[in-house]
Amino acid sequence: MKKLIALALALVLALTVCSAFAEEAITLKIAHIGPLTGPAALYGIATSRGAQIAVDEINAAGGKYRIELIDEDDEHNVEKVINAYNAALDAGAQMIIGTTTSKPCEAAGAQGYTDRVFFLTPSASSTAVIEDKDNVFQVCFTDPNQGAASAQYIAENKLGTKVAVIYNNADVYSTGIRDTFVEKGAELGLEIVSEETFTDETTDFTVQVGKAQEAGAEIVFLPMYYTPASLILKTAADKNYKPIFFGVDGMDGILSVEGFDTSLAEGVMLLTPFVATSEDPKVANFVKLYQDKFGETPIQFAADSYDGIYILVAAAEKAGITAETTPEEACELLIAAMKEIKVDGITGSMTWDESGAVTKTPMAATIENGVYVFK
Amino acid sequence: MTKAKRKRLIYNLVTFGLVIGAFIILENMIAAKAISRSLKGQLVPICAWIIMAVSLNLVIGFSGELSLGHAGFMSIGAYTGAVVSGWLVAAFDMQDPILRLVLTILAGGILAGIFGVLIGIPVLRLRGDYLAIVTLAFGEIIRNLVNVLYIGTADGNLHFAFLNKEMPANVTMLVDGAKGAVKIKPISTFEVGFVLILITLLVVLNLVNSRAGRAIQATRDNRIAAESMGVSVTKYKMMAFVTAAVLAGMAGALYGLNSSTVVPTQFTFNQSINVLVFVVLGGLGNVLGSIISATFLTVLPEVLREFADYRMLVYAVVLILVMIFTNNPTTRAIADRLFAPVKKLFHKDRRETAGGGDVK
Repeated sequence: MKKLIALALALVLALTVCSAFAEEAITLKIAHIGPLTGPAALYGIATSRGAQIAVDEINAAGGKYRIELIDEDDEHNVEKVINAYNAALDAGAQMIIGTTTSKPCEAAGAQGYTDRVFFLTPSASSTAVIEDKDNVFQVCFTDPNQGAASAQYIAENKLGTKVAVIYNNADVYSTGIRDTFVEKGAELGLEIVSEETFTDETTDFTVQVGKAQEAGAEIVFLPMYYTPASLILKTAADKNYKPIFFGVDGMDGILSVEGFDTSLAEGVMLLTPFVATSEDPKVANFVKLYQDKFGETPIQFAADSYDGIYILVAAAEKAGITAETTPEEACELLIAAMKEIKVDGITGSMTWDESGAVTKTPMAATIENGVYVFK
Repeated sequence: MTKAKRKRLIYNLVTFGLVIGAFIILENMIAAKAISRSLKGQLVPICAWIIMAVSLNLVIGFSGELSLGHAGFMSIGAYTGAVVSGWLVAAFDMQDPILRLVLTILAGGILAGIFGVLIGIPVLRLRGDYLAIVTLAFGEIIRNLVNVLYIGTADGNLHFAFLNKEMPANVTMLVDGAKGAVKIKPISTFEVGFVLILITLLVVLNLVNSRAGRAIQATRDNRIAAESMGVSVTKYKMMAFVTAAVLAGMAGALYGLNSSTVVPTQFTFNQSINVLVFVVLGGLGNVLGSIISATFLTVLPEVLREFADYRMLVYAVVLILVMIFTNNPTTRAIADRLFAPVKKLFHKDRRETAGGGDVK
């Protein structure tokens, strides 16, 4: 209780100090919507906290804008997300950072399209999130774009030309990435020497890995989540097959698979915009603030959301949003502004086109000594 | 008019009166823009949940069978709604949203009814726990089937695929496997939802007060006695079960067409339990209770938003408290005393009401 009172006093003090110093500041009301409870809470809490760090920084810096962050829980549910969205607008939100997960974002974004409300989603990566909606923009790559981005990274960094692909043909995420990878790979001169599939039930990857080995692939592309990937790494180690394994964001988490010998993941590369151990001063600063405030290491979602707040502020500045701008007016202004801004965030340097998809340089991390490093 | 009849009439009038009254108040609030976005956004889901609760009450409260697969029927309705609505636009260029909504609701009800019959034939031969388990399995089967179902339109024709997505090149997907029903144009309105509630009430209240309804309740109270009196147990249980399925399908279509997307994970076992909670909290066999509890429990989590992190905890506590208070003899006695003057208005002799348990 004492702590609470102290906190409240500190807050009051901070507010008075803020208002004393930055009387001219315009207050922007931004609502974060994400699953703060339920099965996907890990992601929603990460985006909420990432946004909070950015808001604290911006408010402390005392620039043109002060930000009031409204936090609403959508329970990763397409019915509840509409309630959360309406509650956010009732609370006076002018624009929305969210929603964190794809399916709810599709529903809320469509409602926002009808009502004219601007959405910037940090992490909802399916294409349906931005399809047919001019009001939704993404901070992260769309799922299929990760395939193209991976091919681009492999070709540009000359990791090899003979590529084997193993993918889950019962999963939209996996097949979507595979399709764009193959397409872009052909364009960039990558040779697909073997292509093998599996389904959710597969636990034995001897055939798939064997085919890749026989074909002499230098790189094995694994567009899948980390659980099957861990089995593939184990199988390859048993066969003494050592190509470069290249994964996408679903691979993030492979080091925490229970019973998995993490030494097998040494040298594995994965496409990820954010690595907490990076020495980039901006990233290090964010990671430190996050750890100090929340006592844990931020994941990619938090970084996307942190960038999201800076993107919104940059777009708001460009569009000349004020405290009086209604969500409807802000929507049109922000849509126009998004195409003109370029933001250098901790997840890369980003620009947008009218589709809402982000353009940024793909970055890949390599696992070395049990941690991700950028090379 | 006999005492029992009069009592029933009053109960039905109160039920209808409350629903219509609430509708008029809400419509005026909408017209006067005196309603929060949050509440306005919840109106259609509330209508759908009320219909779900009332129809499940028919199965659980009146025919006495524990069905745990009610969300399955709702999902059939929701998916049918999404497909039929998309197809009507693609094939006939039908733009009138109300007509389309009515047609899709009918289609949702019919398809759910057909599934109700198919499920009911084997299932209603089972009793008690077995029936609960089988209906539970049914709900899960439906959910897993739609997970691998692909439906799309091309040139005004519907294309179906199962497990493998093999579609013509110019297809517009309506149902896309695990992604659920996509790109729905939301057309549900509160007015249609309200009319659907009235229809549900008419059907359910008339059914339970009819000869068939008394037979249904007789099979619940004592199966052997009812059978020995010549009541066909399977027939009457089937009647209740299929009616409930049709209504749930209609509610599903209304619910599905309120959003731009429907996913299989919305209709899990948990959702069936949720509806069961509405029914139990409102009172088995108490239609008015189902309406009130469905509304209350749908709105409550939204009202509790200001508790932020503790929201679901507070929700659970409120749920437990309500359960305790509505079933505690002392609190019930207090409530009865409070409502006595109101009841007196309807009854000349108070003792008439004191003894008479309603349909509970």
